[in-house]
Amino acid sequence: MTDYIVEEHMQVEHMQVEQISVFLENKSGRLSEVTAILAEAEVNIRALALADTSDFGVLRLIVDDTEKARQTLKSNGFTVGKTDVVAVEVTDRPGGLHGILTMLHDAKLNVEYMYAFVRSSGDNAVIIFRIEQEQEAIRLLESKGVNVIDGQRLYSL
Amino acid sequence: MIHDIEYETMPREALEAIQLRRLQTTLAHVYANVPFYRKKFQEVGMVPADISSLADLRRIPFTTKQDLRDNYPFDMFAVPMDNVVRIHVSSGTTGQPTVVGYTARDIGTWSMLMARALAAGGAGRGEIIHNAYGYGLFTGGLGVHYGAERLGASVIPVSGGNTQRQVVIMRDFGPTIMTATPSYALHLAEVAEEMGVSFDSLKFKFGIFGAEPWSEKMRDEIERKLNLTAVDIYGLSEVMGPGVAIECHEAKQGLHVFEDHFIPEIVDPNTLEPLPYGATGELVFTSLTKEAFPVIRYRTRDITSLNPEPCICGRTLVRMNRVTGRSDDMLIIRGVNVFPSQIESVLMETEAVAPHYQLVVDREDNLDVLTVKVEVGEQSFTDEVKGLQDLERRITKHIKELLGVSARVKLVEPKAIERSEGKAVRVVDNRDI
Repeated sequence: MTDYIVEEHMQVEHMQVEQISVFLENKSGRLSEVTAILAEAEVNIRALALADTSDFGVLRLIVDDTEKARQTLKSNGFTVGKTDVVAVEVTDRPGGLHGILTMLHDAKLNVEYMYAFVRSSGDNAVIIFRIEQEQEAIRLLESKGVNVIDGQRLYSL
Repeated sequence: MIHDIEYETMPREALEAIQLRRLQTTLAHVYANVPFYRKKFQEVGMVPADISSLADLRRIPFTTKQDLRDNYPFDMFAVPMDNVVRIHVSSGTTGQPTVVGYTARDIGTWSMLMARALAAGGAGRGEIIHNAYGYGLFTGGLGVHYGAERLGASVIPVSGGNTQRQVVIMRDFGPTIMTATPSYALHLAEVAEEMGVSFDSLKFKFGIFGAEPWSEKMRDEIERKLNLTAVDIYGLSEVMGPGVAIECHEAKQGLHVFEDHFIPEIVDPNTLEPLPYGATGELVFTSLTKEAFPVIRYRTRDITSLNPEPCICGRTLVRMNRVTGRSDDMLIIRGVNVFPSQIESVLMETEAVAPHYQLVVDREDNLDVLTVKVEVGEQSFTDEVKGLQDLERRITKHIKELLGVSARVKLVEPKAIERSEGKAVRVVDNRDI
């Protein structure tokens, strides 16, 4: 039994997706500098979301090579963070997202933020969730038959 | 009007004789009662009796703000606490502020000097003084208050803040003299205008403004907007408080130093060599009559020059010109002294965000606005906007609590703060004053 739990745990560990975040001042041209640096480094941006205030913004990115993107941005003087997020397949029909949010809400798992992935997976949309207790969320969603997409698959979608 | 004809118009020779006698008394007093000063004398192998002329003063070592901090809170007091009737604290210092004390006689001296200052600025019996300097640990409010009562004027202790109520009081009570910081005076003018109250309909004749640097340009603006004659007043709590020097409304050309109570010197801030009249350097004061908190060659860090030429008002007292700057990096924000190092320690205590920060001071709507730019490093970065906003709020709150000034905190990218030869530019003062 013990072995089984460890195995399950390991499996869940692999299910999260690495996201990098970049601190940006709210001034023109900063976003394009980030995209230029990543293009130069041949890093492909798979998903992107920007949260901002009047003074600053936080750019969140999912890329095909997290470590390379992070090092390149850092060496160009950006403050870069790394966060684990959860990518979930959501049925592309009314109520699809609502079903997932209800599951998380009922389990008292708080969604800090979310955004949509650029590509779809087959007929389904992919939504990125930032949840504090991401392992718990992955376990919950999988147990309810929701398809959680791991990093390797996501980066190559 | 000259309040104290005898002393304020005294021939220089007689004045210098009084200065020497009072200096000798003060030196003997501090040597006997303040271990700090006794040690300073011993370090240069002197005793007070060695001082036989005013020129000998320059042989005595200087006293600095750090010396006062090192002796926090009461070790610089030259009398037992039994004889101290008032304590003030200098504005805006973290950890170790400067504490000053006054005997009953000191309060009497200060009141008399403030009465002289208010009279030089146009006040007198029958005049109503709207005193908008802050009352409290700051010497401004109470300093003016006691002087006004000594002079026999009517004083409204309105203090700072609650500007709309101040405008109502100005309209209804008809004060004729305003005492405030120059920036607050302009703020009052603006609020009055918004409320539809015109200064042309008010009764102000004179304004006595100080506690922060200002300029001739600002004087023009104040005189135009407030419809009064504006004079400059100088003082600092370490030396006494307001009333160390005052501009006369007749000439409005430099501030008469009350030399029968304070000896001013100008020294080169780098070599510390005394400079002649007319030369610009750091202002140094020695108190001549204070009992509880005498200061000997106290370095004010204010940059100015002294002008000995006779004045049309009849006073024989030397005049100091407007303070044009500081020999250290202190900023005065709405009358509160702020050193960049204090902000740095707040940042260090709040989060590991230092040492990359910059203070930007602007004047918006005539009020000083302090912006603290902080570079976001990996330790303080979070990908959640609310986490970063919390960080800004925490820093703002700590600065307010510890320094007593409101600051805007602005998070910036690494290397966003200009470096000059590798050193970060800590202070950008955009105030055009």
